Amino acid sequence: MDVLPKWADVILIPLINLLLAFIISALVILAIGEDPVFALKTMIQGSLMSTYGWGYTLYYATNFMFTGLAVAVAFHARLFNIGGEGQATLGGLGVALICLSIPWPHWTIAIIAAMIGAAAFGAIWAAVPAYLQARRGSHIVITTIMFNYIAFSVLNYMLVNVLRPPGSQDPASARFPEGTNLPTFQEFFAQFGITAFRGAPVNVSFLLAVAACILVWLLIWRTRLGYEIRAFGHSESAAVYAGISPFRITVIAMIISGALAGMMAINNVMGEAERLVLNSVEGAGFIGIAVALMGRSHPFGVFLAALLFGFLFQGGAELGLWTNIPVQLIIVIQALVILFTGALDNMVRMPLERLFLRFRRVG
Amino acid sequence: MDFLTVLQILDSTIRLATPLLFACLAGLFSERAGIFDIGLEGKMLAAAFFAGAIAYTSGSVWLGMLAAIAASVILSLIHGLASITFRGNQLISGVAINFLAAGLTVLIAQDWFRQGGRTPSLSGDARFNNIQLPFAETLEPVPVIGPIYAELISGHSFLVYVGLLSVPFTWWLLFRTRFGLRLRAVGENPAAVDTAGISVIRLRYIAVLICGILCGLAGAYLSTGLQAGFVKDMSAGRGFIALAALIFAKWRPWYALYATLLFGLLQAIAIRFQNVDIGTFTVPVQFMEALPYILTVVILAGFVGKAIPPRAGGEPYVKER
Amino acid sequence: MTPESQTGRPDRAALSASAPAIELKGISKAFGPVQANKDISISVKRGSIHGIIGENGAGKSTLMSILYGFYKADTGQILIGGQETEIPDSQAAIAAGIGMVFQHFKLVENFTVLENVILGAEDGAMLQPSIAKARELLTQLAQEYELNVDPDALIENLSVGHQQRVEILKALYRQADILILDEPTGVLTPAEADHLFRILRGLRDEGKTIVLITHKLREIMDVTDTVSVMRRGEMVATVNTDETSPEELAELMVGRKVLLRVDKAPAQPGDSVLEIADLRVTDEKGVDRVKGVSLNVRAGEILGIAGVAGNGQSELMQVLGGMRTGSGTIRVNGAPIDLSGARANGQARRELGIAHVPEDRQREGLIMEYFAWENVAFGYHHQEKYQRNRWLMDNRALRADTEAKMEKFDIRPPLPWTQAKSFSGGNQQKIVVAREMESDPDLLLVGQPTRGVDIGAIEFIHQQIVALRDQGKAILLVSVELDEIMSLSDRIAVMFDGQIMGERSPTETNEKELGLLMAGMTGDA
Repeated sequence: MDVLPKWADVILIPLINLLLAFIISALVILAIGEDPVFALKTMIQGSLMSTYGWGYTLYYATNFMFTGLAVAVAFHARLFNIGGEGQATLGGLGVALICLSIPWPHWTIAIIAAMIGAAAFGAIWAAVPAYLQARRGSHIVITTIMFNYIAFSVLNYMLVNVLRPPGSQDPASARFPEGTNLPTFQEFFAQFGITAFRGAPVNVSFLLAVAACILVWLLIWRTRLGYEIRAFGHSESAAVYAGISPFRITVIAMIISGALAGMMAINNVMGEAERLVLNSVEGAGFIGIAVALMGRSHPFGVFLAALLFGFLFQGGAELGLWTNIPVQLIIVIQALVILFTGALDNMVRMPLERLFLRFRRVG
Repeated sequence: MDFLTVLQILDSTIRLATPLLFACLAGLFSERAGIFDIGLEGKMLAAAFFAGAIAYTSGSVWLGMLAAIAASVILSLIHGLASITFRGNQLISGVAINFLAAGLTVLIAQDWFRQGGRTPSLSGDARFNNIQLPFAETLEPVPVIGPIYAELISGHSFLVYVGLLSVPFTWWLLFRTRFGLRLRAVGENPAAVDTAGISVIRLRYIAVLICGILCGLAGAYLSTGLQAGFVKDMSAGRGFIALAALIFAKWRPWYALYATLLFGLLQAIAIRFQNVDIGTFTVPVQFMEALPYILTVVILAGFVGKAIPPRAGGEPYVKER
Repeated sequence: MTPESQTGRPDRAALSASAPAIELKGISKAFGPVQANKDISISVKRGSIHGIIGENGAGKSTLMSILYGFYKADTGQILIGGQETEIPDSQAAIAAGIGMVFQHFKLVENFTVLENVILGAEDGAMLQPSIAKARELLTQLAQEYELNVDPDALIENLSVGHQQRVEILKALYRQADILILDEPTGVLTPAEADHLFRILRGLRDEGKTIVLITHKLREIMDVTDTVSVMRRGEMVATVNTDETSPEELAELMVGRKVLLRVDKAPAQPGDSVLEIADLRVTDEKGVDRVKGVSLNVRAGEILGIAGVAGNGQSELMQVLGGMRTGSGTIRVNGAPIDLSGARANGQARRELGIAHVPEDRQREGLIMEYFAWENVAFGYHHQEKYQRNRWLMDNRALRADTEAKMEKFDIRPPLPWTQAKSFSGGNQQKIVVAREMESDPDLLLVGQPTRGVDIGAIEFIHQQIVALRDQGKAILLVSVELDEIMSLSDRIAVMFDGQIMGERSPTETNEKELGLLMAGMTGDA
């Protein structure tokens, strides 16, 4: 049945989809009276042509790796987790509570505790919709969206009423203690006398995100749990036949997904802001959807797609600085990538299949 | 709580329920035809922006409304293209449309008005003005009935009445006409429709189109009726709440009215009572803000009972023997 | 363009009575590299019942789908009533007077009979007039052809037999002259099938043309006037039914001599392996599916459960396989098993030595997107031999295991890196059978082992089941194919409406007696 060779499926089609998304984005830029070529140059200049730019690109990519993996793991169980935003928000709360709880002696200890806090808070925020879907039949898509809104209210309440230092008007927590501050790439290279990534927020969390990619790959393709998650995702009736509990898989897959989304907070809250603020997630939870779709739910694909979106996000911020193009352009690109890779996939696939069939007959 | 406060809350219930009602009926047409649409939110948002923008530039709310419908219908057609023609994932397509609307509205608003992603405030003919029903003032002094008529029933904008009238019309269309029969059939078993010699694709496109028009009205009401202008992300999850209301209403028009009125009431209460004191305990404002979302979750989890969605919902139709 | 075709509907009365109702000339159709129909020509006489018989995948359904406008033929001509007709869609087929009763009914379940009948054939924008007209016509048709159904009943509340009548009524309401039925008796009791055949004969006598697609030789012999045989996409013969025999047709279908009986020695039953007492099952909708079934199966015997689909056999097997819950007692090797608790799942059942070949291999037995090597341990993936260490599975062991099973069970192509969906139906079933039999079970549950499987694979699977019995295993077989039950079973239990109607020995019973039991009539009838 498979007409297309594997390479066309995993490389060619996503690239064509991406190209289409970019072309339309360029038209949008033209339509608002700006120059798309200049815009692209600005983006590349600002995100890839200096270690400073790379530092931001990799910082954003770290966020997107976590949220992209979160969406991807849920996809394997055929669950659409749109709640990455809320789970990452709650993860931030977990990180803040841990970091502010005791004066941590060293970041290596603090980060372990903070990771547990972030993962646990994110996991709980995903487990409730999972439970409601598996036991009460509530649609997980709508529930996770609602949980995004509720998460924002929870964070708002906690910041205003609990975490705000006395006398402050800002809905934000106090600064985290010194012992929780994660080493940045800048500090790391400075040890060797190299000046790089100056002022950029990329930090040790990037390495954790890469490790998460590898671990998720092992989980999905090498463990019994991954085997069961994929089986359930392909066919629930077959899973029941094999003795795989749909309830268990739904809840576990969402817990893993939520934990991954929550872990993002290690990067943006603990690594960068070093305090908890409103809207610290900045839509990264949603970008995870585009990243997972673009990466075909494969951890390596997620890694590459996260880098791409890191570039777009940093480039988009530069556009906001140097041109009249608002940063919301990135939301449009993200929407187009989701549309072309996720929903309009057949628009590219069908003609391509016909093309390959013709080649095969000739060949 | 006095009578007038109750009336005012109910009055704002109707106003807040109107966009939900339009969106809910929009979802009803789409889902009854077997097309899931979580892009209601995005269509509303796009419509709200174009209603506000065109009403401001032209000074005519009617042109604004037409622009809203046009914008929403275009997004609907994208959804149709993805989910009907190219048999893509309907949930993902809906998500994409939501983001597309969220990004484009700000982008264009910034380009046109340079006010940080909003339109200038609307006034006069650029807004839907309230319609005084006949005898509203004459009847006002009559106890109980008078204020109810004058405050609650009279004095809403044109679109509120259109929304209320759409409910019986939808019911009639769905259950009394050939079109309704076919629409319901295509959401239950498209193969039955196809083998009966009717085009599944055409029917579904019509459904998606109607969905677009209704979402356009929902959005137009947001920026030109409920509020005076567009601000970014002003749909604020209403599209999703409308979907929850649709499930709660079991995909039926009259129940859709009741469900959206319920959600409207929740929003009215949340707006009216920012901080609720219960004895020594104060319910925080954030809780009141989250209340509609929390109740959506609770209703979906507990009180829906056996809501059976249209059987072919969410599945692209592929011809099979 | 002829004046007739402009009206959309040829004036059939005006055509010569001698012209065949349907004539196909040189029809070919390929799906990608697969040639489903090769240069097919047939001609069906008006006012006759024509059978088309062939194995699964022989191309019968493709041919009929072309006739009903679902697919467009790559080459060839269609003549209806002697006139060349283009059939690009179902609309055109209906306009040409063709009605089709599909194997899987195309009815809207929560619509009434009337609504289903008028759907697509309404008279105007309002429903009411159409409904009234249809009500009248339905009463008329009911009297004429024994086609009684309650016009206001919801489809989901009708029996399958009645649903089929609705499909026929739909076609007649659209004034079909040609009626195509695709495997119409698969879900009917023998009595219901006889009733259907009476209806078909009545329609034929009224001058309608009937095309009956089936893989059951007995039906062809019973009801058709002429029969065409298809094999691998080709039409290999068309004969008058009274000039042929089932043996000849079977040989034409398969292309070689076939054994219609399975060779097996008498059973030598040992101890009881499976004992079921008063088993009850209620489904998700609250309907009682199994109503107090008691059975037992001994080592070294095959107990066959006969019955029309939908009489509780599936649910019985699912409870045994741990796929749904039930109440009552089931003992395996003397020990009671969990019917509704934490251990009521497929995993726990396998640990007890119960293997299960499920009724629906594509929805249950296999993950169609998984490679053969991933499917080969599906349900057994927890076993020690498939683990590399505490965390990871041993994919190499899985692939080695797959190669061994592929060789032993002659699975083609013998490539572990092939997705399940790329195998033919017969080879898919062999993967499932290999997995379950090689797990060395005490009890094997087998549901519809040969549904949609070619004759070669059927013979192979039957031999394997008998061989397993001869190793002293207990086997519980469920099949809607009476022939299969008769030839494989050592004892036969008949199930109707969730109950066991009686038990018979295959040597002391016949199809007629079983047929009555399957329709719920006990022996004294």
